[in-house]
Amino acid sequence: MSLGLVEDRLVFEKSRAGRRGVTLPASDAGEAPLESLLPGGALRNAPPALPELSELEVVRHYTRLSGKNFGIDTTFYPLGSCTMKYNPRVHEYGASLPGFARVHPLQPDETVQGFLALAHSLERALAEITGLAAATLNPSAGAHGELTGVLMVRAYHHDRSEPGRDTVLIPDSAHGTNPATVTIAGMQVQSVKSGPDGRVDLGDLREKLGTLGGRVAAMMITNPSTLGLFEIRIGEIARLLHEKGALLYMDGANMNALLGIARPGDFGVDVMHLNLHKTFTQPHGGGGPGAGPVAVGEKLVPFLPVPRIVQEGGAYRRREDFPKTIGRVRSFQGNPGVFVRAYAYIRSHGGEGLRKVTEAAVLNANYILARLRDAYDLAYPGPCMHEAVFSARRQVKQNGVRALDIAKRLIDLGFHPPTIYFPLIVPESLMIEPTETEPKETLDAFVAAMLTIAGEAAEEPQKVKDAPVTMPVTRLDEVRAVKQPRLRWRPR
Amino acid sequence: MRYVPHTEQDRTEMLRAIGAGSVEELFAPVPKELRPKRPLDVGPALTEPELQSWLEETAARDRSAADLLCFAGGGFYDRFIPAAIDALVSRGEFLTSYTPYQPECSQGTLQYLYEYQTMMAELTGLPVSNASLYEGATACAEAMLLSWGLKETSRRVVVSAAVHPHYRRTLETYARPVGLEVVTVPAPGGLTDAAALRKAATPETLAVLVQQPNFFGAVEDVPSAVAAAHAAGAQAVVAADPVALALLEAPGAQGADIVVGEGQPLGCPLAFGGPTFGFFCVREEHVRKLPGRLVGETHDTRGRRAFVLTFQTREQHIRREKATSNICTSQSLYALRAAIYLSLLGPAGLREVAALSVRKAHALAEQAAKIPGFALEFPKAPFAFEFALRCPRPADEVVAAGLKRGVLAGIPLGPHDPALRNVLLVAVTERRTAADLDRFVEALR
Repeated sequence: MSLGLVEDRLVFEKSRAGRRGVTLPASDAGEAPLESLLPGGALRNAPPALPELSELEVVRHYTRLSGKNFGIDTTFYPLGSCTMKYNPRVHEYGASLPGFARVHPLQPDETVQGFLALAHSLERALAEITGLAAATLNPSAGAHGELTGVLMVRAYHHDRSEPGRDTVLIPDSAHGTNPATVTIAGMQVQSVKSGPDGRVDLGDLREKLGTLGGRVAAMMITNPSTLGLFEIRIGEIARLLHEKGALLYMDGANMNALLGIARPGDFGVDVMHLNLHKTFTQPHGGGGPGAGPVAVGEKLVPFLPVPRIVQEGGAYRRREDFPKTIGRVRSFQGNPGVFVRAYAYIRSHGGEGLRKVTEAAVLNANYILARLRDAYDLAYPGPCMHEAVFSARRQVKQNGVRALDIAKRLIDLGFHPPTIYFPLIVPESLMIEPTETEPKETLDAFVAAMLTIAGEAAEEPQKVKDAPVTMPVTRLDEVRAVKQPRLRWRPR
Repeated sequence: MRYVPHTEQDRTEMLRAIGAGSVEELFAPVPKELRPKRPLDVGPALTEPELQSWLEETAARDRSAADLLCFAGGGFYDRFIPAAIDALVSRGEFLTSYTPYQPECSQGTLQYLYEYQTMMAELTGLPVSNASLYEGATACAEAMLLSWGLKETSRRVVVSAAVHPHYRRTLETYARPVGLEVVTVPAPGGLTDAAALRKAATPETLAVLVQQPNFFGAVEDVPSAVAAAHAAGAQAVVAADPVALALLEAPGAQGADIVVGEGQPLGCPLAFGGPTFGFFCVREEHVRKLPGRLVGETHDTRGRRAFVLTFQTREQHIRREKATSNICTSQSLYALRAAIYLSLLGPAGLREVAALSVRKAHALAEQAAKIPGFALEFPKAPFAFEFALRCPRPADEVVAAGLKRGVLAGIPLGPHDPALRNVLLVAVTERRTAADLDRFVEALR
């Protein structure tokens, strides 16, 4: 926002018939009429109404649009559960090398040994980090990894002639993708309560396991939970599930809290996904792309999706001939450009370095927790892991200042807001994840802003409720967007 | 530790504020017996110069389209990418932002997604585009799930054998666990068998899927597939190549209900298969069942035009187990690449890209079919810029021979259909020159 740029017109509104941003060489293969090459009936009647601009106009348009965004590069972005850490630029350099960027996905294996070696090494590194036997890099994103993992769980039970295991237990603090995934995997969801300490209520878990018995396929658990708390009784949870023949799925969204500190495979997890765009620095890009690799224990290895990358006699190959595989989850072999960045990140740190990443992430979160605990109500007592969850219930009660208002006021003070209204079990929640890459001075400035807002909420609440006022737009009419939907531009 | 800024003094001051004696104390909730006894074994830490060298050496082990003449396609094409795209998408405000949940500080992302949605609606001929999905195959699977939601009692999905084999296998992965049945209709001669399609599309059918141009590069009779789908009360789904749509009729204008596809041809690097994006367009009446993110226009409290994520009650974070899709992201940065690409090319430029590709592909097909032993596999099927070439020996051997001469001659079809072991799928883009086509012919001789 440094240039204070305001750009209101859409690219279509800048279009002038006949302008061009790119020209192409004339045909050196003749000028045969297209009607003689393509069936007449299949040809387009009217050209698509795409914009027509010079290159400068296009470059200026999108550069100015970028000025209306916050990004990690410009702004502290303490968005809970999203792990908005710095994205090293050497990763972009690596991914843009022709040997990575200009490789066709169906080239013969012998021509892509570099990429396959990198992918195989990343799989091995993720297996090591998670304490599991193997990993697949195929899934495109976290939710896609969830689906891949749950389909493997389903295939495992079917293979053991237990197709009646159709229910997945999910704590009430879970990400919305967990229950949605279970549904599209053709299974049922049963919710498990959180106890007073914010962790899974073991009594409720025992009861659900007792009632549902042989119908439980797995439990999906996020550890640390979305409340930023480590599931202290995770070993017990795993034991209870395994005793009943069910598996333990871990949502690895919060893996930034565990690198080198605890390995899910060591505490009984059978299958988990990782978000390479969170823990492993793939830039979020305004909402994507990401990658959601899945790591599994030995018993799920036969069900991994294809293709799998195997090492045979010093060379790497993609293989699809695995009879028990769940099949393909997308085209080709995942998002390899993301693998480059994630593996570069792991190699930059080494084993000791990864543990230091987690130590600094947890130190930063606890520092924020300590500095803000008097001004805002903590959802649950600390210490926390990688994120601190507060509630604005005090500010709501006092002067009707909601978590949403606090978030908007932070924008005026130069910070991206934390995650709000999630997890659902915390009213007026403010979920703050600073990550390890932020220096103490940034945290201090953020704390100062939060304290300022707490003061304003008490003394001049309207100022908070009117925020933001420094952005290109003020708060939006979201109801109108649904009631009078305009989902594409049309000439007026 | 170049990415962790803490000094010893920082740590001391922070621990004092927390009231902890050491960082280790903060990990007290993690039971001792779970703590690993050794550091993670992921190789030694590398400095940036060491890492750069390692990346360069590893990338150099691959043969890329920078040193091979690429005639491989199958949904991913070696197309020209204007330099302005990389320059613009590397801006940190685009690269390092997140999903625009807070619209006031995300108007840049929201506006380009709105522009992207408009461009995709224009290309496909349908009124509503979402803000993008993962890629082509999963976009087809989401189309199947959406169609099921519109006809919940049905279980049958009819798919042409000329649809990309990876798309078909992905559909099966998504269909099996929810009890849907994927029925494949043959494509003898490289085109979907229209009579077989009509027969397969029974009243039990919830969706019919064809690809345009299809996996073999051939131009399908979309209106006939649409008619078969509609006669069955099913959704007509078309997976389309976005560049081909500069020349071919928009499937939406031909009656298709859902148009999806792989976005890579619109300014995205090959990158061994990803990341790219998938597109997904529907009729207005399906908006409330649309998977993925969607941006709408509204105004702010001062009446100024602004953009916002909308119809969020469709999505998993609100509907949870009642959601019909678990998608929680778009591929924004790649949708941005497409928006910039299409803005730079405009309607005339995109048409030239497609027309050059078509003319060059036909020129190459003519030359290749004259090489002794080679022939077009589907001589009667009209094609756009990709064609199936019957070879006198297994196609993987033809590819191996081409590699020795610096040519990636295409995709062998044997792995997808054993009957096509001697068939090579050859794609030609606007990048290939007449001299390149000659080299292809030389490499095959």
